[in-house]
Amino acid sequence: MSKIHPYLPNSVPEIKEKMMEKIGIDSIDELFSDIPKEFIYDKTLDIPGPKSEVEVKRHVSELLEENKTLKTPPFLGGGVWPHYVPTVVDEVVHRAEFLTSYTPYQPEISQGILQAVFEYQSLVCELVGMEVTNSSLYDWATAVGEAALMSSRITRKDKVLVPDLMSPYRLSVLKTYTEPAGIKVEMIDHDPITGLLDLEDLKEKNDDKTAMVYIENPSYMGFAEERAEAIGELTHETKALYVVGVDPTSLGLLEPPGEYDADIVCGEGQPLGNHMSYGGPLLGILSCKHDNRFIRQMPGRIIGVTETLTDHRQGYVMTLATREQHIRREKATSNICSNQALNAVTAGVYLALMGSQGMKELSETIMKKAKYAQKKIGELPGVRAPIFNSFHFKEFTVNFQYKTLKEVNAALHAQGIEAGIPLNGDFDFGETALYCVTEIHTKEDIDLLVSTLKEALEG
Amino acid sequence: MTMRFRQADWSEPLIFELSKEGRMGHMLPELEPEIEGEIPTEELVPESIYRTKDSGLPEVSEIQVLRHYMHLSQMNYGVNSGKIYPLGSCTMKYNPIINEIMAGHPKITGIHPLQTPESTQGVLKMLYNLKQYFLEVTGMHDATLQPSAGAAGEWTGMMTMRAYHKDNGELDKRTEVIIPDSAHGTNPASAVMAGFKTVEIASNKHGMVDLEALNAAVGPNTAGLMLTNPNTIGVFESEIKEISKVIHDAGGLMYYDGANLNAIMGWCRPGDMGFDIIHSNLHKTFSTPHGGGGPGAGPVGVKDFLAPFLPVPDIVENEGKYTLDWDKPKSIGKVHGFHGNVGVSLKAYTYMITMGGSGLKESSELAVLNANYVGRILEKEKGYALTYDPEKPRKHEVVLSAGPMLEDTGVSALYVSKKLLDYGLHAPTTYFPLIVPEALMIEPTESEPIEALDDFIEAMKEINDLAYNEPEEVLSAPHNTAVGKLDEARAAHPRTICLSWRKYCQLKLGD
Repeated sequence: MSKIHPYLPNSVPEIKEKMMEKIGIDSIDELFSDIPKEFIYDKTLDIPGPKSEVEVKRHVSELLEENKTLKTPPFLGGGVWPHYVPTVVDEVVHRAEFLTSYTPYQPEISQGILQAVFEYQSLVCELVGMEVTNSSLYDWATAVGEAALMSSRITRKDKVLVPDLMSPYRLSVLKTYTEPAGIKVEMIDHDPITGLLDLEDLKEKNDDKTAMVYIENPSYMGFAEERAEAIGELTHETKALYVVGVDPTSLGLLEPPGEYDADIVCGEGQPLGNHMSYGGPLLGILSCKHDNRFIRQMPGRIIGVTETLTDHRQGYVMTLATREQHIRREKATSNICSNQALNAVTAGVYLALMGSQGMKELSETIMKKAKYAQKKIGELPGVRAPIFNSFHFKEFTVNFQYKTLKEVNAALHAQGIEAGIPLNGDFDFGETALYCVTEIHTKEDIDLLVSTLKEALEG
Repeated sequence: MTMRFRQADWSEPLIFELSKEGRMGHMLPELEPEIEGEIPTEELVPESIYRTKDSGLPEVSEIQVLRHYMHLSQMNYGVNSGKIYPLGSCTMKYNPIINEIMAGHPKITGIHPLQTPESTQGVLKMLYNLKQYFLEVTGMHDATLQPSAGAAGEWTGMMTMRAYHKDNGELDKRTEVIIPDSAHGTNPASAVMAGFKTVEIASNKHGMVDLEALNAAVGPNTAGLMLTNPNTIGVFESEIKEISKVIHDAGGLMYYDGANLNAIMGWCRPGDMGFDIIHSNLHKTFSTPHGGGGPGAGPVGVKDFLAPFLPVPDIVENEGKYTLDWDKPKSIGKVHGFHGNVGVSLKAYTYMITMGGSGLKESSELAVLNANYVGRILEKEKGYALTYDPEKPRKHEVVLSAGPMLEDTGVSALYVSKKLLDYGLHAPTTYFPLIVPEALMIEPTESEPIEALDDFIEAMKEINDLAYNEPEEVLSAPHNTAVGKLDEARAAHPRTICLSWRKYCQLKLGD
């Protein structure tokens, strides 16, 4: 390189020479002399650059501009949802002291992130009604995978029961996680009218081999599982663990899983102030009861309260590390090391801003907007929305009688609208898609969606 | 002490303690009458599932929330805000601001992962190109960007190894993964999560893979070897060709832990050294910030014959159009709900083109120069020793042992680290790797100007002098951080353990 790169302060020749002289070498090559000659790469890596910042900014912006401009936020959910991110959230998580720190291995100089993450753990506990929350897994899908492994270790059983309407993405990850451990994943049927879990089928399949019964509330199809308490009772009859997956934005309105005796709660923390960013970084929530049997088997980091040794001031540290890979190596509860800590801090700031009343209003706003959209879409000719007769929160199914999803979605795309996850590849409901409406959609957005759909159906 | 430092100490209460009933930190838009409707909310939600009890979240106004977190941030230490962050194995290089600006672009933050490929060509093209650059640096043939962190990458790689042996009908037999005792803790944990047993082999007197021990451990049950090169003492495994031959001859696969990739970019490539599977940490080598514990990203590269086993979907290019390919019948499945930490990938992409091929090589050279500079000078101090062939060049990191100091003065590596904090310098990784007693693992990275290196060296020398002359000064550290030394045993003790506000209320407030 002819120019001095701004990221490389010691590339100035005089500095480099001074350093080499100090350690008694004549050339940098000497430091690489132990690499066998046959492995020395004798070309220049074929990666464009170095580019100046002005070039980089223009190039990356132009690349991103190739993503189509939409007329409304996407009406898509399924595990990542469009929500408004308050400005304070972004301001806090861009602070260099948080953003550019490593895992707090030196707690005395890292109290900021430790307290922020302890608060995240605490805020999530309040929302989901549990006593312990870890400081994050990668996303909801991997949280279900870890919950299954954790349940299997606690119960020493090897079967997990999941709803047949669960997210296909989460199901795929669950299977990847559990296959090496020899855990069998079995599906529980649903009631064809309401979509709710078929309790008879649950009774039949839940036996002394069952480690975990898992439900999603709200379900992947968007309806609330009204019989959550009864499912918990049935689950516990065989001493299996009751694991509930949640969308936290529903918990201002819906009963928290702690209230219906869930043993483990998992979920997706993305809607709590994290941008969608094409599906990541997300935030895997994992909570459980304050019970030693559970805590000892929990994967991931946990922050706890302590005090200073000499003057007994309150402070925070990573704790229970004897479960973790850097101490226990092959006997660890999980391999997880780097997690989604900054996304957890993000969720903490979001929940602190919203507070108890704000989360309640958020849930109500979302539910009412989705209800309005569901009603308007359901009134269109040849359309059924939703296909299940149950209470829906922010997502709902839409079935098209006379048009294919391909036709409908092509018409929507032509008008700059992205709506409806096609369900026809994974489920047997005909031409049915999953729609999502949140607080970020205005009445005008929803009306535009409905009128565009109407035109598509008439065309 | 010539360097002065004092970290902020706000004695910041917990956010819950700031709560006053009725305060709001964020306001939602008013609902239109048509959306609000006539029916009260509680009548819309089925009674059995309606939340009746208040959630117990604090009620705090916007400025209070902002100040609370600003105060907390000032009680934290980042590579962009501190002075040097020489945490070995973690590659705490500068996290460029332009990366953050690009990752905050609304055309990435507002994109949903299940949008159609037609509407997401920009992000797909970025991911596709990043994959090509990654393959170029590592010398592999195909890759997935789905794993969310280094350990997730290791596990994905080991699942790929598993799928390969299964496909060959040999999984029942090939149950063992060989791992040196100097390896990162995630290696054995990831291998076990992929269903393997681990066989640990002791390092030889050079701190490297012991070929004799390897030959003794290898056999028909061998699934593969997990290795990082340069290894965790920062030395290049120069017998890599022989190691690779032993494993391949036995029918096993070579796994490369890319945590130390920052040492060798443009100098040599894991793919050329015989490795079949690798992961790398974008939050180390490719400058993305670690956020106090994540998000990271751990792309996995493989040789051609392993490509069919990689996770779905794959991003493919056809005549300038990018699509997602789900048709991989031998795939291990999904390892993340969507496409991994895409926002992180974009930062790594931005970094790669800012550096270019030649800049990446120069980065590695300067990272290695910086590490050797620090190591060569400090090993001359009485209390520190460079174990394992001190005359050999190190790569990106240097592991000093504070063993002599402990023996002479009773001051251990832990206290050297704590004392460094008093200078406003972050500590090295302490007590790792396990094969070095009283290890201080120092990785300055190429980002550090010579002035910062000299400050670090000066502080380490002063600590050495203090240990021999006024050990109490070191043993009572830290003094200048927000809080003094913390009682870690208390945090884990069954009587005092407190992992949430709920428990806190029970313990402290008798609630």
